[in-house]
Order: sequence, then structure tokens, then C-alpha cells
Amino acid sequence: MTQGTETIDITLKVWRQKGPEDRGRFETIEVKDVETHMSFLEMLDVVNERLTLEGKEPIEFDSDCREGICGMCGAVVNGIPHGPEKAMTLCQLHMRKFEDGDTIVVEPLRARAFKVVKDLIVDRSPLDKIIQAGGYISVNVGGAPDANAIPISQELAEKAMDAAACIGCGACVAACPNASAMLFVSAKVSHLTLLPQGKPEAARRAIGMVRAMDACGFGNCSNERECEAVCPKEIKITNIARLNREFIKAALFSMEK
Amino acid sequence: MKLDARIPSGPLAEKWDKHRFDLKLVNPANKKKYHIIVVGTGLAGSSASASLAELGYNVKTFCLQDSPRRAHSIAAQGGINAAKNYPNDGDSIWRLFYDTIKGGDYRSREANVYRLAQISNHIIDHCVAQGIPFAREYGGLLANRSFGGAQVSRTFYARGQTGQQLLLGAYSSLSRQIATGRVRMFPRREMVNLVLVKGEAKGIVARNLITGAFELHEADAVILATGGYGNVFYLSTNAASCNVGAAFRAYKKGAMFANPCFSQIHPTCIPHTGEYQSKLTLMSESLRNDGRVWVPKKPGDTRPPEEIPEQERDYFLERRYPSFGNLVPRDVASRATKVECDSGKGVGPTGYAVYLDFRDAIKRDGREVIQRKYGNLFDMYKNITDADPYERPMMIYPATHYTMGGLWVDYNLMSTIPGLFVLGEANFSDHGANRLGASALMQGLADGYFVIPYTIGGYLADVTPSEVGTDHPAFEEAAKEAEARIKKLLSIKGGRTVSSFHRQLGEIMWEYCGMTRNESGLKKAIAMIQELREEFWENVIVPGSDWDYNLSLQKACRVADFLEFAELMARDALTRKESCGGHFREEFQTEEGEALRDDQNYCHVAAWEYQGEDKEPTLYTEPLVFENVQPSQRSYK
Ligand SMILES: Cc1cc2nc3c(=O)[nH]c(=O)nc-3n(C[C@H](O)[C@H](O)[C@H](O)COP(=O)(O)OP(=O)(O)OC[C@H]3O[C@@H](n4cnc5c(N)ncnc54)[C@H](O)[C@@H]3O)c2cc1C
Ligand code: FES
Repeated sequence: MTQGTETIDITLKVWRQKGPEDRGRFETIEVKDVETHMSFLEMLDVVNERLTLEGKEPIEFDSDCREGICGMCGAVVNGIPHGPEKAMTLCQLHMRKFEDGDTIVVEPLRARAFKVVKDLIVDRSPLDKIIQAGGYISVNVGGAPDANAIPISQELAEKAMDAAACIGCGACVAACPNASAMLFVSAKVSHLTLLPQGKPEAARRAIGMVRAMDACGFGNCSNERECEAVCPKEIKITNIARLNREFIKAALFSMEK
Repeated sequence: MKLDARIPSGPLAEKWDKHRFDLKLVNPANKKKYHIIVVGTGLAGSSASASLAELGYNVKTFCLQDSPRRAHSIAAQGGINAAKNYPNDGDSIWRLFYDTIKGGDYRSREANVYRLAQISNHIIDHCVAQGIPFAREYGGLLANRSFGGAQVSRTFYARGQTGQQLLLGAYSSLSRQIATGRVRMFPRREMVNLVLVKGEAKGIVARNLITGAFELHEADAVILATGGYGNVFYLSTNAASCNVGAAFRAYKKGAMFANPCFSQIHPTCIPHTGEYQSKLTLMSESLRNDGRVWVPKKPGDTRPPEEIPEQERDYFLERRYPSFGNLVPRDVASRATKVECDSGKGVGPTGYAVYLDFRDAIKRDGREVIQRKYGNLFDMYKNITDADPYERPMMIYPATHYTMGGLWVDYNLMSTIPGLFVLGEANFSDHGANRLGASALMQGLADGYFVIPYTIGGYLADVTPSEVGTDHPAFEEAAKEAEARIKKLLSIKGGRTVSSFHRQLGEIMWEYCGMTRNESGLKKAIAMIQELREEFWENVIVPGSDWDYNLSLQKACRVADFLEFAELMARDALTRKESCGGHFREEFQTEEGEALRDDQNYCHVAAWEYQGEDKEPTLYTEPLVFENVQPSQRSYK
């Protein structure tokens, strides 16, 4: 074991909910001897091992890559989606950021459009629905020209990449007082529309995705900026401004209705 | 049974074109009458689903995660290879083919690898058209970098998130097809059985992970794109859900498993820290472009790295392999690292780590340049270890990363079960005994976008569409089998958690079937695995029920499969009495400690056929014929 084996004791107040119909409640669990070198999710793993051996049901939560890229993990920790650290997913949060004796409150990523599946797990499939409504460039396999046929400035490619870095975790939705998915939508619209390949469908894409967002029950953006503050990939709200421009342009000038 | 790889005749460079012409076509108007199941939404599964739907087939696609976009492919960092030769540094389709065959230590098929190299360029074209924001030069053209095992720059990348961007591209194409209705997407489903009717793959049983219900799905062909089995080692760079389950179900139904012992250990991962640890994090191979690997010359030197003067450092990769230096292939770098650590020169608290040092690169190029290239990787390292790689060298150690073995497939990517195709990391096809960096993404997308759309047509052209319904007794039988297993697991109510069994299995595999292997160790491992498996089925505790979301139950099923599969892996390693690529048998090495192949006796694919519970599997071999390259002792000196 490295870096010494410093341990802390914490109190977890964690949301337990059997299913979408259950009302749910907080459960308090005392957790002793947490090695500070653990990640937050490894701490939950340890708690779950202990619960299992005590004959109780473990806390269900989502995670997969455990390195901040798949977007599978996510919970609200002490009131903040993905916890207190900036630009970080929950799986990247480490226990060294907490103090001995801390009480840590853990809840699912709540939003009108996200139903709770169980405990900390929510259904984020509405985000997939939004992508299906236009978050792509309509090319079939086979007909593409040589990859270097259209030069793209480094600056533009980097900007597109900044927006494309979104991992679709849904933290922005959970942080927004209106439970809007504008940051998510705008990141995809920006990524594709900045690039020359994405231009032909820009109008259709903006309109389609915004409509799908509304239809899925997400709220509207009222410039609260909470989304930007919690985004683990630091997606900027300037993307939302770009989306608004695209949307207005599309609504005014395009034939798409 | 003779394994027929169905490799087309004719000169190497013309095989694929000729084969595409020879394959039967399905009439465009008839395509919509066919149903295809795709299990998995990584690069291979998403690209296959999208391209088959684009052709007009009806596709049903399944994945474990809540969204297809979260498949393990998302985590690939470094890049994707192609033989574009944009940097004008001497690359060609032939060179990519040659490097891949040599990198795989002459244990893959020439025809498959050549096709892969040919297709590589089309992949990049298609991905750019999809809007993948690859890195670019100032002039606006695509940028390249070099990767292990190659002396040319042929790797395309999108920062350290190439897998993410490629997968999101495939996911966007898939999403477009979902919107048209030609793909029906089933997330949070686990394939728990394969359904055969008259010996042909005709459907699957999927378990709905939220309700626990078994769902029956029929099709005219089934595609598995379910990824690799690296998690048999418990600790690996793979995502938590990576498993062998679907492939193993197919194996038990008659699909042969090829080269299970060919697993890859990646040299640059963050070292192991504690028992609670759930994964090992990869530090991309691209770091070896600028980072220099070293250990102190003196064993047991505990001085901090900055106090060790230049002449007391051993840059052992540069010393041992002057022409490739830090960019030797993964298997070579990993073993060299192990040798240094075993001789007491390892660093860090456990002594099982070596330095990866950016001091010289920062001095040469400036911090800003290094930050632009590797910023996110440095941040990730700092967050996990609490140490700053701009100031101090990283500490790294090898970890399980990739599995070259997989279900046996022919040139058409069809397994030994007619109608069952296998794509991506789940098959064994292209990487031989060792995969070169940035080649898995290439293979997954080649299989999905450019191979299966042709080869599946050749199969379906002779199949009458939708002949069987799910009311065929084979479906109910397959579902019952799966259900019985789950009920059994829940009923044991023992005293040991699933993870604790998994961890112990991983320790056995790492110790005896990991970076180096030997006969007595492997025999011991087989006995230990059998014992552990017995204990598992008597003493595992699986909490909760089978009618709602229950991750422990999912894990229990997967670990149960690993406990059987691990034995097959050890058996394969025991039977292959040579060293090649990632399979290093201590008994077979050169005087300099490099892998010593035995082309006389082992120049073949080892394919295992299941014979039933508690019976030893039967080994079949497919000889590998080299007509275009001359197998030689691999040298990176
Ligand atoms: C950290 C890391 C970095 C890497 N970096 C690179 C790189 O830079 N370049 C490179 O070329 N390669 C890289 N690789 C390797 C590469 O990422 C993988 O080999 C490749 O992505 C595998 O793709 P796949 O489509 O075959 O499978 P995966 O992406 O693993 O997808 C498997 C799919 O199958 C589904 N599935 C599995 N079992 C079932 C079941 N029973 N029922 C239903 N669904 C199931 C999963 O849900 C998932 O959708 C890296 C690997 C790792 C671990
Ligand atoms: S588990 Fe993948 S982002 Fe956290």
C-alpha cells in the first residue's frame, strides 16, 4: 500500500429507493476506516461489500470506466452533481478530499426527465432521444472523400473538440434549476456545426434537437450557469449562445419547419 | 473437424477485392426481410449496426450500459492507425500490414491483416466525414503521431480521447438509424444465451437488467461484438462491465475459442496501490513518444528521482533496444520492466514501478507543448496519485489491457456456428500474439463498417428470411437454462462476496498466467482455479432478487464465467510450448531473454471446442501459412 494508509471515518446519508414507484428515503450509514487514497466509488464498493456480508442490499449506483470518460457514473454529493471538485466526474473524486468525521450526503442526479431506476441510478435515455433527433452528420459508409480533402484550421478543430468532449453524464441537467439539457444539446450542435462537414444540416439539426429536448420534458435555459459550473468536461455556456444563434437562424431562414 | 478459414485464393493484394466480387449479394429489395441481432455497441457493434441498417437490414442492437455511447471503446485514448502516409515518411499498406504481422509475432493470418491495412484508409475518410474532430496541423491537414512497434507516424488522434470521439461518431450514425426505425436499440440488456436452431444461430435470450425479465429475440444472423476478457485478471485497464459471458455462451454452444492465452499486458499503467482498488488506469502509450523510461542503476536505491544523477540512471529500453528505444512494442516493454523490478531496481513504495520521465522533453519543447499533447493525461495522473508529472517522473507498471484471443472466425468473420459472426476485440482475428498500439480501434471499425456489410450478405443470400419464430422450443429451452443458473446463484447464500472470488481469481491469473508463464505454474493455476470454482458455487453470497436492478447478480454471472474461462486460458498457455508475443513461457527464451518461437510446431491458431461439463475441451489447430512475409526472430534492437 502506498502513500501511507491514512484512514478517516465518515457518515454517509445516502438515498435509497427501491424503484421508480417507491417514494425513497435517506439511509444513514457509518463508515469506518476509509483509506483516503480510495476513490469515492471505491469507498462505496467497500460499503457495499460490508452491507452484503451483513445480509443487507448494497447501494445500487452506475459506473463503468472509472476514469472519467464513459459518463456512466454520477450522483449528487453534498448538493453538487459529481461532488465538490471542479472538472471531475464522481469516479475521479478521491476520499483525500474529505475530512475525518464528515457527513456526506449522496443523492441521484434528479431531473423531471430522468426517472430514478433504483437508489442512485437514473434513466438518462432522453439524452439519447435528443441525439437521435439530429445529433449526427448524415453520411452513409462508403462515399467519403479523402480525409484531407477539406482542410480545417487547427483552431476550429480544437474548438469543435472542446464541445465534442461532452460525456453525456447528465450532471448539467441535474444542476439546472429548470432541469434543462441546453448545455448538452449545445455541445453537440456546436461540435458538428463548427465543422464544414456539419454545415449542410445545421438548421435541421438545431431545430430537431431543441424540439426533442422540449418533448422529453427538459426545461428551458434561463442563464443560471449552474450547468457550466458542474460540467466535468468544462463545456462552456458560450455553446448555448451558439445554439441560440443557430436556432434563430434556422427558424428564420430555413425551409425546415 | 477441419477448420476452414475460407481465405480467398489469388495474390495477397487482390484477395479482398476478388472475394467481394465472389460473395453473393442480397437483392436490395429483399434486405428489409432479414433481421440481424448485434450484441454490443462498442466501435465494432455500433459501426456494424449502423452500416447494416444503412444497407436496409432490420437490426436489433443490445448493450449492457444505459446508453450505447458508454461502451468500453469510449475509454481508448491514444489513437487509430492508418496507412495514409500523409507525413511522407515511408508508410504504405504493405508496411502497415508487415508491422502488424511482425508485431503479432507471426501468429495471425496474412490475408486478414492485409485486408485490415487496406481498409484502414477508408476508416479515416469515413470518420472525418462523420465530423470526428481529429487533431490537425497549422495548415489544416490531419496530424499524425507515432506509436509503439512502428517507425513511421501513422496514428490519427483526437487529443487523448480518440476512442471517445470515434465511438461517438459510430453512435451518431447508430442514432440516425434508430431514428429511421431500422435499428431497434435495447440498452441495459445482457445476452444470457445464444439460440441455435438446426445448428445455426437464430437468436438470443437477453435479460432486461432493470426488470430481470428474460426477453427472446429471433434473427437470421447474430453478431457478437462484446469486447475482450481482460477482466479475468480482476485488475485491468478495462471498464468494470467488460466480460467474457456472451462469447462463453457461444463457446458452450459450439463456437470454438481461439488462442485464449494471448493476452496483452500494457507497460504504462498507474501501479497497484491497495486491496480496495477497482481498476488500473492506463497512461496512454503515446506518452512513450516523449517520456523516457528508467530505473536507478543500483538495486534498492531509495533516493527521490531528482537526486539520482544522470550517470546512475538506466534507461533500460533505450539501452536494450537502441533502434526502437522507448517505442518498442508493448509485450517487449512490459517484460523488460518486469525484469528490472524483479532484480530489485523497481521504484516506489512497492518496488513494482519504473519511472516515465518528461524532464528532457519539457526542457526541449517547453511545458506548453507537452501540456498541449498530454495535458489531460497528466491531469489524470495527478488526480489519482497526488503527484505532479510536470515536476516529477510518473511511476508506471504493466497491467492487463487487451485480449488478442477470442472466438475463432473465418475470413468472413463467421464463427464455427453458421450464422454467428464475431467482430472487434471479441474475435481473435488480426493481432496474433500481440497487438500493436492504435490497432484495436482500426480493427473494430474495419470489421463493423467495411467487412461485415459484405460478408454477412454472402451468408444471408442462402438463408430464407425469418423462418423460425420465438415460439420455437429452442428459445424456451435457452431461457430456462439461463434462468436456472441465476436462481442457483441466488440460492447459495454463502459467506463470501462475488468480488472477493473475482479478486482471488485475478491474483492466480496474474501470478501464473500473466506476464510470464511456466509449466508447473500453469498446472498449479488450473488446480487452484478448479478449487476456487467449487468454493464459489458453494459459498458465494449474492444479495437481492432477480426481478429488479441487481449489479451483484450481474457480476456473479460474469465471475462464474470467468472461473470456467480462466481454466481454458491456462490450458491453452500450457499447451503452447513456445513463447510468442504476449505469451511468454519462461522455458522458451533466447539467450538475451527474448521470446523464442517454435515455428516448426506452433505456427498455428489453437482453437478449443467445448465438450461438456467437467470434460476437457478438444484442441483443433489451423495452420498459419506465410507466403508473403518470412517469419523471423522479432528484433527491435
Ligand atoms: C484504457 C484503454 C485504452 C485503449 N486505447 C486504445 C487506443 O488508443 N487505440 C486502440 O486502437 N485501442 C485502444 N484500446 C483497445 C480498444 O479500446 C478496444 O479493444 C476496443 O475499443 C474494443 O471495442 P469492441 O467494440 O470490440 O468492444 P467494447 O467497446 O468493449 O464493447 C463491448 C460491447 O458489448 C456489450 N456487451 C458485452 N457483453 C454483453 C452481453 N453479454 N450482453 C449485451 N451486451 C454486451 C457492452 O455493453 C459493449 O457495448 C484501449 C483499451 C483500453 C482499456
Ligand atoms: S465511471 Fe465512467 S465516467 Fe465515471
